[in-house]
Amino acid sequence: MTQPIIELNDITKQYDDQFAVDHLSLSIFKGEVYGLLGPNGAGKTTAILTMLGLSEPTSGQVRVAGINSTRQPIEVKRKVGYLPDDLGFYHNMTGLENLLFTAEMNNIPKNTAKKRADDLLQKVYLNESADKKTGKYSRGMKQRLGLADVLMKNPEVIILDEPTLGIDPEGVRELLKMIRNLNELENITVLLSSHHLHQVQQICDRAGIFVQGTLLAEGDIPSLAEQLLVDDTFVTTVSADPIDADLMQKISLIDGVNKVDHDKSYLEVYCSRDVTPQISKTVIDSGSALLQISNKNFGLDEIYHRYFEGREQHESV
Amino acid sequence: MNLSSRLQKLKPAAITDKREKTNENRNAFFALVRKEFTDNITSWRIIILLAIITLTCFGSLYTAVTTIQDAIDKSSENGQQIGKDAYLFLKLFTVSDGTLPNFVTFVTFLGPLLGIALGFDAINSERNKGTLSRLMSQPIPRDYVLNAKFIGALLLNIVLFFSLGFLVMALGILILGIPPTFEEFARVFCFLTLCIAYIAFWLNLGILFSVLFRQAATSALSSIAAWLFFSVFYNMIVQMAAKSMLSSGSITSQEQAINAQGTILNFMRLSPNYLFSESTTTLLSPTVRSLGPMTTRQTSGAIPSPLPLDQSLLLIWPQLTGLIAATLICFAIAYMLFMRQEIRSN
Repeated sequence: MTQPIIELNDITKQYDDQFAVDHLSLSIFKGEVYGLLGPNGAGKTTAILTMLGLSEPTSGQVRVAGINSTRQPIEVKRKVGYLPDDLGFYHNMTGLENLLFTAEMNNIPKNTAKKRADDLLQKVYLNESADKKTGKYSRGMKQRLGLADVLMKNPEVIILDEPTLGIDPEGVRELLKMIRNLNELENITVLLSSHHLHQVQQICDRAGIFVQGTLLAEGDIPSLAEQLLVDDTFVTTVSADPIDADLMQKISLIDGVNKVDHDKSYLEVYCSRDVTPQISKTVIDSGSALLQISNKNFGLDEIYHRYFEGREQHESV
Repeated sequence: MNLSSRLQKLKPAAITDKREKTNENRNAFFALVRKEFTDNITSWRIIILLAIITLTCFGSLYTAVTTIQDAIDKSSENGQQIGKDAYLFLKLFTVSDGTLPNFVTFVTFLGPLLGIALGFDAINSERNKGTLSRLMSQPIPRDYVLNAKFIGALLLNIVLFFSLGFLVMALGILILGIPPTFEEFARVFCFLTLCIAYIAFWLNLGILFSVLFRQAATSALSSIAAWLFFSVFYNMIVQMAAKSMLSSGSITSQEQAINAQGTILNFMRLSPNYLFSESTTTLLSPTVRSLGPMTTRQTSGAIPSPLPLDQSLLLIWPQLTGLIAATLICFAIAYMLFMRQEIRSN
């Protein structure tokens, strides 16, 4: 196992008597893309700020690249690039000038800085707008410039806070592809926070679901499903003709099936294990024509939605 | 042998490494200051204020020059002689014919405005634009941002006031034909330094409000309110209090009268505006001998001549240190608040 590059150890951040982050422990390993998922106000940004030493945890310890973030934030910030969610640039400076200013903050020699800035602008497809004032940039362009800005210091880790916020779908795809490329080609560790779960799903190796300051589940996408959805891990979609109450009754009697939903021309069968063969057999035996049968793959959206749906029900009971 | 040579190789490397680190910090700081300075001189509100200040400055110079020339023409004696005796050169800054206020009045009025304009959105605009969190994620200490804001604006003040002051002096020499004595020059120099300290106070008040309030408009209005309070209302309030304190009924002895007068003066001195006007008067009118009440006994043995510069400076030393202390207090509060503040904008 590789060494964790970001290590949060029992972090707590308290505002008045409310916990923004509640005993969070998290390890992110070198070279992975980690997604921190959670609704607005879950404490994602606070957790990220403690990693950068911009916010002091009430208790617990943060180590990034082996350095204590709370004690030596400047050393950490030398190695970590951070893209904030409310990203902004100096409007009266051009994109290139903004990047060069960041380079100065990192004490990169002028020649190197110019070369790197040109390279990065090329990489984020902004080379044509390099000499335009950033005040005239669109949201998507700003976000891409932000990515270039983060990369100016040649970081080991990049932390992206809601990088896809407010960008059109095509822009999101481009941005995610860039992030993936960075990870694959340059071996940069990426931590990104989001509430757009399907986007995270596209590029993350592992993800953690973070709600109200605590980490509910952590792992790769399939294992997240298992952790969160204890009862109905599998959903099989069955399209058959005709569908009647008798068929539904029969399917629901199969061992392992918990629930059968009828939705227009197909059935959704919730089961605790994979019973696709039994279902197809039942349908054919009952005399209906089996048009299609498929296992639904859980996206994070689904997991997330179902988790919260379940929770609300629990709470109301 | 091998080990020791290795150690020797290591040593200078470690030293240069350390040096590089400190240099690095300094470079980033200067980059920040440079950016601040550029931002200031390219922003419209500062350009407009600078234009107003320059115009009024030349306006007041014009009135001062005409007044002085008239006075010289009228007198039958050698004009140059008068100039030397009466510190005529300093009159460039204090005299006016009544149509336009003099240089000092302009500075007292417009200086704070310039300070506030430079400071009121120092931190909150960065926060609202979202550049603060980006800046904070760079490997620089947090206080660099605040310090650079202050230094950048102060630098602009220093450049502006010294160039204006020296321009006025130069034009005065050209038009009037009276060269300043060294003492006059030193007095003007001190006066300009005082102006900068005074504006620095308002600048820091602006910065403090910019840390305190998230909205630039709130901080601008608060700073202007503070400025109005001290330049207009504070005077009135103290006058009102003075009326009741000095009413003839309550005062029975001379000592009491002096005490009451002293208390009122001390209250007045809580206002930076008053401190500034007291100091400028002393500096630019060497005939001012005291800033408090004086009895006839105290003045009886005095030689009726202007004070030398060091004595004038001694007279305003408390005022000057008070002004600088107020500046530092504002900055210290802003600094403390900023260091503890959350970086996120929402």
